[in-house]
Amino acid sequence: MKRPVASVLLHLVLLVGGVAALAPLAWMVAASLMPTGEANSFPPRFLPSRPTLVHYRELFTRLNIGRTFGSSLLVASATTIVSLLFNSMAGYAFAKLRFPGRDRLFGALLVAMVIPAPIAMLPLFLLLRSLGLVNSYAGVVLPAASTILGVFLIRQFARGIPDDLLDAARLDGAGELKLYRKIVLPLLRPVLTTLAIVTFLATWNDFIWPLIVLTDERRYTLPVALASLVGEHVQDTELMMAGSVLTVLPVLLLFLLLQKQYIEGITLGGLKE
Amino acid sequence: MAVDRRRVPGEVRAALFFLAPGLLVIGLFFLLPIAASVLLSLTDFDIYALGDVRNVRVVGLRNFSRLLADPLFWTSLRNTFYFVLVGGPLTLSVALAAALLLHSKLVRWKGLFRTIFFAPYITTLVAVAIVFRYLYHPRFGGLNRVLELFGIPAIDWLGNPKWAMPAIILLAVWKNFGYAMILFIAGLQAIPESLYEAARLDGAGRLQLFRRITVPMLAPTFLFLGVLTTIGYFQFFAEPYVMTGGGGPLNATLSTGLLMYKQGFRWWNMGYAAAIAVVLGLVILAFSALQFRIERRRNA
Amino acid sequence: MARRRRELALLLSLVPAVAGCAGGHDGRATVRFWGMGREGEVVRDLVPDFERKNPGVHLVVQQIPWTSAHEKLLTAVVGRSTPDIAQLGNTWIPEFAGIGALDPLDGSVAKSAAVSAERYFPGVWATSRYDGAVYGIPWYVDTRVLYYRRDLLARAGYPAGPRTWSEWRDAMWKVKQIQPPSAHPFLLPTNEWEQLAILGLQKGSPLLAENGTRGAFSGPEFRAAAEFYVGIFHQDLAPIVSYSQLGNAYQEFARGNIAMWMTGPWNLGEFRRRLSPTEQNLWMTAPLPAPDATPWPGVSFSGGSSLAIFRGSQRKPEAWKVIEFLSDPAVQARFYALSGDLPAVRAAWDDPALARDEKARAFRVQVERVVAMPRVPEWEQIAQHTAERLEAAIRGRESLSAALAAIDRDVDRILEKRRWMLARRTGGHGR
Repeated sequence: MKRPVASVLLHLVLLVGGVAALAPLAWMVAASLMPTGEANSFPPRFLPSRPTLVHYRELFTRLNIGRTFGSSLLVASATTIVSLLFNSMAGYAFAKLRFPGRDRLFGALLVAMVIPAPIAMLPLFLLLRSLGLVNSYAGVVLPAASTILGVFLIRQFARGIPDDLLDAARLDGAGELKLYRKIVLPLLRPVLTTLAIVTFLATWNDFIWPLIVLTDERRYTLPVALASLVGEHVQDTELMMAGSVLTVLPVLLLFLLLQKQYIEGITLGGLKE
Repeated sequence: MAVDRRRVPGEVRAALFFLAPGLLVIGLFFLLPIAASVLLSLTDFDIYALGDVRNVRVVGLRNFSRLLADPLFWTSLRNTFYFVLVGGPLTLSVALAAALLLHSKLVRWKGLFRTIFFAPYITTLVAVAIVFRYLYHPRFGGLNRVLELFGIPAIDWLGNPKWAMPAIILLAVWKNFGYAMILFIAGLQAIPESLYEAARLDGAGRLQLFRRITVPMLAPTFLFLGVLTTIGYFQFFAEPYVMTGGGGPLNATLSTGLLMYKQGFRWWNMGYAAAIAVVLGLVILAFSALQFRIERRRNA
Repeated sequence: MARRRRELALLLSLVPAVAGCAGGHDGRATVRFWGMGREGEVVRDLVPDFERKNPGVHLVVQQIPWTSAHEKLLTAVVGRSTPDIAQLGNTWIPEFAGIGALDPLDGSVAKSAAVSAERYFPGVWATSRYDGAVYGIPWYVDTRVLYYRRDLLARAGYPAGPRTWSEWRDAMWKVKQIQPPSAHPFLLPTNEWEQLAILGLQKGSPLLAENGTRGAFSGPEFRAAAEFYVGIFHQDLAPIVSYSQLGNAYQEFARGNIAMWMTGPWNLGEFRRRLSPTEQNLWMTAPLPAPDATPWPGVSFSGGSSLAIFRGSQRKPEAWKVIEFLSDPAVQARFYALSGDLPAVRAAWDDPALARDEKARAFRVQVERVVAMPRVPEWEQIAQHTAERLEAAIRGRESLSAALAAIDRDVDRILEKRRWMLARRTGGHGR
């Protein structure tokens, strides 16, 4: 008899929590569809009186958000592809290839992993400046093209590859490159998928580094463009909400699509430590 | 079958080839700048130096002594600790509560709720910070409207120095608890049911079960999440940048990360900013080490 | 395997795109222009006209928001990724010229038929000089006047706006009586330093002393201004908000929740665009009130933007053509019509649209009474710091005297490097 009551209560709490989790996102969508000025009315409105797409139109026509969208896509995809390649190569080498000083080198990297990234920011900027990479996509992509954490995760996974498999292929005369392409990469597939999603989402959402490196409006990524838009159009709540929708929607969709791999992946990464 | 793999020709060469790109990137864009940061913090590198390098002076530890005498730095450090020490535990508590709820056998549609709770974590921080900024508006914002239903008078969330930080923490908890929740759920699932049964036979109550089994079994998860959340929260930046016009009101939301950004990339006092970065980095390191130590002592 | 190769190919194809793109557009020379806020938007509308008159030049305009413009421009200079030409706030010229980012324009001016000093307001022309050279050509004039609700001020007894500080405060009090309880007579965003600096200038404070190497904020002139400024908040005549926390200032103005706002000429355009036609007769502008016992109107600052060419530009002659085009009186008048920004070229004020505009008249009067802000590279940082610091006094966290003393202390520290540079220069090691 107590069970049904407890069950109803539990679900009630979950329902309230669920509403709280979704309400800000729901309001964002609703406000983006409101006619100009309606989001700043008293008492506050939660639904548009007559939905309109005018703010989205303005974003695409006058504020050229399509281009910004392209920038974000380019930066996130390029970072994902390059870092997957570099990290998997290094992670595999640390896991399976024998060379003098391997474990000491890896240990040193692990120690360096705990150093927080912001320390590096100022000299990194000056370095990119001397390389002529300020205000280029490369300036955003390259510093993220390989991370110690990425190398570490792949190494952990790659250690599970049986040595016999590699040796057998070597005996068959396969070169190291071919080995990597034909045997290692396919076996790493699960961890690569997870890393790809995580990297893509993180890069898409990243703010501070693109903010510092990209000076040119045409190369802004979505978060940078949004933060800059809020400076100029803070009064235009509905427009800002439309911009936020366009920024959040792609990653939310991507997540819903790949939810299973993503959640499995972060669970794995979390428990491995 | 015993191939002497230590002697396989080309394996060292291959290793070099495979390691080169990754290590080059990490060395050039991470390790080198970190070392340079320390050097930079010993100079007064600034806007004049950017124009002409001859305008740099080596100032020794003067940036650090200036930093310690700078009230703005202390304000930012206090704000940062406020954010970490209140926001961190709050995030983990909400996450644990949600995980316990979803772990309950009585609950249906677990997958659906899990997805809903996790969704905020996926969103772009800058975008949702802007959304919250409007939701926090004292007159036109939805939050005060909801609170009004419970008879709570209007709060000027981002305009009042007392409320600005709680407002930002609320956003952080909302956005981040989903991630910790997922890991807690995984941790709960890994606890063998037999442990609970044995304890129940000993006559342990619900609360005792939680304290004596659930919490200790989740300890590694706690440690991992604790360190991760701490490191992330110590660096908070985008929230005040977007929501409070760069750390207002009255610098109540000025984080140390934001102070570094302002000094370094707005006013180009890069030597001074590097000193801030170094101190912030050391604080983060010390804090992580402390958490590991507490955990080790508990285990000992 | 084929897929891997495709990914690699994709990767390689990114490289040129990533390395940054420049260069020709169908053989024309591309000039890159950065405009701020609304101005950036408006210049885009002038591009076809410019390109028709200069067939060899392709003008690409980018808009950067005012709030981050200073940062973005400096980042561009530091990162050597400047555009060819940009709009620069006049107060920034010393800074950018000081770090060698700008190209001196004296040579171009001497040769030009379209640009010469006597075509401009003298106070305005002077603001774009640094160290004896011309680094910018004034584009439009910016100064602050009082925007006010005609009806509310008329009911308070000041249909033409207050003329002295006493009248000003009295007007605020009277308006407050007829407003709804949550409303305020005056909008004075706490994060904007310009208004505060103007009050200081009106009282005769130099803001910085000793050739711009020390703060003058605890001097009696600035203190008097700060007392007036802080008093407005203490008497609840202005809301304690930064500009960004406001809902929608124009909407609030139209609703009568704000009756006065000290702001600039760009808002002539914004008010016309954002308020409905029936609301257009609600607002009016007036020159600034003056401290009691000083001549009316009170001084305002000589701000605005100039057009500057960056030293790193590969397209200086073409960029100069853009300056000449934008300095043409007819284009200046058209620019005013599009943006509400007031022409820096005198002749453009004779344009009927401007001469007939009763709302622009306050600016015409004000522009004769303007003073420049201190001309040191650190000014922006100092000014923002001052406003931040006074917010503590506004909120009663700190006494005004303590705040002002602290400001001077901080400013002295900020200017330490400048003192060192000046000392070194006079010591003979400098340029």
